Amino acid sequence: MTYRIVHYINQFYAGIGGEEKAQHVPEMRNGAVGPGVQIEKLLGGSGEIAATIICGDGFYGENTDEARSECLKMIKEARPDIFMAGPAFNAGRYGFACGDIAAAVAEELKIPTVTAMYPENPGVELFSKKTYIVITRDSARGMADAVRKMTEIGLKLLRGEKMGPARLEGYIPRGIRKSFFHEKNGAERAADMLTARLCGLEFRTEYEMPVFNKIEPAPPVKDMTKATIALVTSGGIVPKGNPDRIRVSSAESYGAYDISQTDDLTSELYESVHGGYDREWANADPDVVLPLDIMRELERDGVYAKLHEVFYTTTGTGTAVANAERFGREIGEKLKNAGVDAAILTST
Amino acid sequence: MRLELHKVRINGLAFSDRTYTSGGVLYICKEEAVRLIAEDGRFLSVDVDIACPKESTRIIPVKDVIEPRVKIGKNNYFPGFFAPMERAGAGKTLVLDGAAVVTCGPIVAFQEGFIDMSGPGADYTPFSQTYNIVLSVVPSEGIEKHLYEAALREAGLKLAVYLARCCAENGAAADEIQTFEKGDVFESDKKGAALPKVVYLCMNITQGLLHDTYLYGSNLRTSFPVLLHPNELLDGAMVSGNCVSACDKNTTWHHLHNPVVQTLYARHGSEINFLGVIATQESTVLEGKLRAAEVNLSIAQQLGAQGVIISEEGYGNPDTDLCLNAKKFEQAGIKAVVISDESAGTDGASQSLADSTPELVAFVSTGNVNEMIDVPAMDKVIGYKEAISLLSGGSEESLRSDGSMSVELQSIIASTAEIGFSKLGCEWV
Amino acid sequence: MTREIERTAGIPVAQIATIVPIMLTVGANRIIPGVAIPHPVGNPALGPEEDKRIRREIVLRALKALSTPIDKQTIFEK
Repeated sequence: MTYRIVHYINQFYAGIGGEEKAQHVPEMRNGAVGPGVQIEKLLGGSGEIAATIICGDGFYGENTDEARSECLKMIKEARPDIFMAGPAFNAGRYGFACGDIAAAVAEELKIPTVTAMYPENPGVELFSKKTYIVITRDSARGMADAVRKMTEIGLKLLRGEKMGPARLEGYIPRGIRKSFFHEKNGAERAADMLTARLCGLEFRTEYEMPVFNKIEPAPPVKDMTKATIALVTSGGIVPKGNPDRIRVSSAESYGAYDISQTDDLTSELYESVHGGYDREWANADPDVVLPLDIMRELERDGVYAKLHEVFYTTTGTGTAVANAERFGREIGEKLKNAGVDAAILTST
Repeated sequence: MRLELHKVRINGLAFSDRTYTSGGVLYICKEEAVRLIAEDGRFLSVDVDIACPKESTRIIPVKDVIEPRVKIGKNNYFPGFFAPMERAGAGKTLVLDGAAVVTCGPIVAFQEGFIDMSGPGADYTPFSQTYNIVLSVVPSEGIEKHLYEAALREAGLKLAVYLARCCAENGAAADEIQTFEKGDVFESDKKGAALPKVVYLCMNITQGLLHDTYLYGSNLRTSFPVLLHPNELLDGAMVSGNCVSACDKNTTWHHLHNPVVQTLYARHGSEINFLGVIATQESTVLEGKLRAAEVNLSIAQQLGAQGVIISEEGYGNPDTDLCLNAKKFEQAGIKAVVISDESAGTDGASQSLADSTPELVAFVSTGNVNEMIDVPAMDKVIGYKEAISLLSGGSEESLRSDGSMSVELQSIIASTAEIGFSKLGCEWV
Repeated sequence: MTREIERTAGIPVAQIATIVPIMLTVGANRIIPGVAIPHPVGNPALGPEEDKRIRREIVLRALKALSTPIDKQTIFEK
């Protein structure tokens, strides 16, 4: 079967002109243009460039929404199996346009997309997670290499072939970890890495430490005696029997349970389903993870005004950060709408 | 200290009227084995089954895996459990190489795992390639969880020792002798003065029921980090009481085969000066984590270590211990390389460790515990297949009616063991 | 999760957790050190009275943290 490719390039690579033609509006031409000709040649008979979309870098940058939507319309018409853009090398506006349109096509048409640029191109930071960005040199002197890699990766994606790590395939990592089998076992690799370090040689860590984002602290409660406080926990405290089947780890959901009539958490009615710690204590008295008993006492004593009727719970072991963040946003939304003034969150 | 492992190669299992080995086959007298374990009195029922490589067999849920061994001439093993308290690591040990006792029993808590002897799941555990003698038990009614765990742990060791002892008594001969010989720190210093001094910091999970580790029969949780000769680890000093998150459990079998010890041993005297092993805890209180990190460093510094390999056990809160150790060692000028797995989410897009520290610059990954794998149904299941919904990384939906499962690597025994035994790792894609 | 609740709802969140370094790393702003992983809010090993006394002390500290203005991540120790 012959794959249909649609290729995006800028006004310069289309031979229309340089900077003076940067406002060129999106246009579609049949067949391959500019670097696309080489891509088609490399494909042999397995694919053809059905259409080439051309747009001026200046136009795309200054009228991004319009340019994107125009281009998408034309791309859809051409019914591609795969979409390619560039290579943009180190040209910032071109890289932005390539990345943007590739990401949009990936999202809308759900087909593989490949572009190419130099690692310092601003398009990389913006779009590396949304499309495949082949690594190129910083100028068109790297054209032959760039189109060759674009074609190779494009074919792999089309054929559903197994892809190796990004660093070996030659594209910018998309922020995803995947397991692979190495030549040597972990102990050997560690000994190799240590020897390299001790000899002052270069080494490659298999994982770089992440940098977390912090937020401005929320303002404090002004008058605690008038405040409504909510309880949240990642210690997996749930009504006995785990009615909503919250997972013991890698939680995909959280629960919300009414405690408006409850003064104390007991082992008859509650339990812990968190798989990552010894639950003996939590099962004997869930208050050691979710301090309801004390919160009620303090509420009665007037230290604060009201305990929110519902508590939120999930299990915090192996929880994907993305899920934890989503739970946080949803629970935050609910607490905001309920007019809660502050929250206590316990974790194990 | 000189240790000789006299390895009797096992490449077949069969039941017979007595227990012995011949022609590479381990013959087991089932009645005798069952009686031996049942005399304990804590089990309602005991059964012994066998599972060989390439069979369509699934063992689930698995508590521990132990290699059958005895000290030659003494016919005992695992000091503190089934041998008197005596230092391990010297003399001759008979090993049924290629055989493994696998303990199996109703689940105590979550996060236990399974072993597939064939199919895609087999690639992720070393025990699809061992000849497994599976000990399945049902604990007696109402037995308290901690007692049940201890009973099964001891039963596994007991059976392993029994098998090796019978073979020794029946004159089993070694096919291969592997020797581990190393002097004390000062001797190594004199011989390898120019070589960089390396210490191995072996982190062990020590966090309560099904999350504990035993050194010479004593729960490591309540002790301090300790300096050991590498031979001690290779000769039964360490026993696992850990069934948490099957993927990065260091089974007793893994301790006996500690790959970091073996790798450093192989390079000792040529590339490095292997000083020894610091066995340490992963505490459940912050104070304990800080204390262990300080004492780990103290021992390493007093030995003059210049480099350290740190292996973790578990993920989540132990990631803090890992980061603390890396930070302290690096700040003290000791170069550290850590071996750890990653919990990057089923989509691989989450951050891999629960904690982070900029000093941790050398990381060896043993894979993403959340990665999904599809395993087919097996013709034979030893144990309790419904247990999958309670295993870490599995939910009730994971087990399909045809017996196939969609689970995370988390539920396969030792798939991402951070002791560095397998070749699995992670890359950016 | 704490960070996102705080960010979305604009309300202060006091996090009671044993592993303080993780809380600092992931960006929780008001941190109260917990007793131990299996029982962050209390110490049942010391008997019911002591357990409750400790729990009360920790919760009161959490409420105090919620009422305290801060401009960066703060650990509220005893």
